[in-house]
Amino acid sequence: MNSSLYSDKSNSVISPATVVSEGNRLSASRLRRIREQLLGYLFLAPSLAVFLLFLFYPMVRSVYLSFQLTDPRGRVAAYAGWDNYTQMLESSAFWSSLWITVQFTLLTVPAGLALGLLCASLVHSAGRGNKLFRFIFSMPLAISVGTASILWMILYHPSLGMLNYLLGQIGMEPVQWLTDPGTALGSVSLMTIWMNSGFPFVLLLAAIQGLDNDIMDSSRIDGASSWRTFFSIKLPLLSPTLFFLAVVSIMNAFQSFGQINILTRGGPAGSTDVLVYSIYREAFVNYQFGTGSALAIVLFVLMLLLTAVQFLVLGKKVRYQ
Amino acid sequence: MTALRNRVRTISRYGVLILLSLLVLGPLLYLLAQIFMTPAEASQYPPKLLPSGLHTAELRNAINTVPIIGFILNSFVLATCIMVLQVLTAALAAYAFVYIRFAGSRFWFALFISTMMIPWEVTIIPNYLLVKSWGWLDSFQGLIVPFAASAFGVFLLRQFFLQLPRELFEAARIDGCGHFRHFFSVVLPLSGPAAASLAVYVFLNGWNQYLWPLLITSSDAMRTVQIGIAMLQFEELTSWNLVLCGVALVLVPSFVLLALGLKPLVRGITAGAVKG
Repeated sequence: MNSSLYSDKSNSVISPATVVSEGNRLSASRLRRIREQLLGYLFLAPSLAVFLLFLFYPMVRSVYLSFQLTDPRGRVAAYAGWDNYTQMLESSAFWSSLWITVQFTLLTVPAGLALGLLCASLVHSAGRGNKLFRFIFSMPLAISVGTASILWMILYHPSLGMLNYLLGQIGMEPVQWLTDPGTALGSVSLMTIWMNSGFPFVLLLAAIQGLDNDIMDSSRIDGASSWRTFFSIKLPLLSPTLFFLAVVSIMNAFQSFGQINILTRGGPAGSTDVLVYSIYREAFVNYQFGTGSALAIVLFVLMLLLTAVQFLVLGKKVRYQ
Repeated sequence: MTALRNRVRTISRYGVLILLSLLVLGPLLYLLAQIFMTPAEASQYPPKLLPSGLHTAELRNAINTVPIIGFILNSFVLATCIMVLQVLTAALAAYAFVYIRFAGSRFWFALFISTMMIPWEVTIIPNYLLVKSWGWLDSFQGLIVPFAASAFGVFLLRQFFLQLPRELFEAARIDGCGHFRHFFSVVLPLSGPAAASLAVYVFLNGWNQYLWPLLITSSDAMRTVQIGIAMLQFEELTSWNLVLCGVALVLVPSFVLLALGLKPLVRGITAGAVKG
């Protein structure tokens, strides 16, 4: 829209071309337009090349591979039809992996959002020292999955770890954090909430700071308690941000891999075998690139559905405002 | 009465804040205490909370015995290259979408945005096979080139370019300034804040990458920090604080970058979130 505005103006600029004959001017402006087209594509070309090679082509290739049987070197050995999919849907491992992924999401996302909201509201209303607290709560942004996992692996050590020592100090039994199938997923989730806590905090703090102060003040003058203000005014106003965060965090949870590979390798007894880990195991441990691709396509469809939900809900929001 | 209540409220608010920050900081404080202990202190049980002094022997030991400096250099090269390439490709594409009139620009923009919906994990198998068939396994180009462009970057910079005053562009055009010159001498110098946001974000992501380097690097010479440090865990299980010294060395650059670039980073994250 903007570009049409400026082009009208640039045509009215008096240029040497206007003095030249009509025919010449036409071809000159046409030449300029073709040049402009080519330049546009030239500027896009680097990004486009990367996307074509490393996103679109592999995406299509993933679909193709999911219908094939491959040899361990990744070469197509035979056409499998829907076999990879039917096998996957019939295997209990697939459904358990999907269920574990859902559980992992439920354990990490709501707690992560609540923690982020709590920290952000407190930091926003804190006077002195709020910069220090802001930095502390943002720190996990810089922590990678590799370093976080190793740190927590040591904290979780069953006999020598700090966590069990602290539990012992308050008179509780030691926990087999990562080696008990009943607690492993919870332990990985706890560490994940810690590791990912920076992102919701930063976004929610920005959103709270962007709220209209007048509305907050007037509700306070009207005698609403700070809890009421929070639940009936702040929370609804923050709901678009919270919703966006929820979708992004769910997507993030569905794509978790590093902490599981380092802490539990999907175990014990498959209790932390999330979807991306099973893709990794299928393709890069068992060298079944066909079935691995079928799993990847399932992940893609799930992500697509989440994006669709996001657009539908956010689209509605925008219309009602 | 109300003064007292306000005071109680302030104190309890700070109490909760301090408690929460201790929860977030806890593992990092533990790390900080451990790296200055002697190996004997670190492996004591019940665990010691504080080192008896600032012992740096294990830190030096980690630097000397483990190829950690090599890992750090690899990750630094990788993250820097990805950062420079991504900012450059994103700036070029964003410029085209904002300033150049060409057929299908809306279509291409929609296509670019749609790439954000493809999770990297979905394409990882064909990407691995592709990179392998080119002989790019265990190489910098294999680690860097697939990440040389991002839709998020294009989107972020496009939003910023749209806010630049249009008059600048028209003035440059009247002066006979072509797109290349306009891009390099007007738009690029002005896009500092947005480029900084993108750069910090991309560098941290590159530094923290895990799955892709895990798949395509196999030699110690090409290992990145995140993979190298995780390998350490399995090899040197006996000496915790040597491993933790490695972890600390890997975290230092990230925290320095965060301290320097928190503002642009937050700006980038929030700008990306507003439009989703």
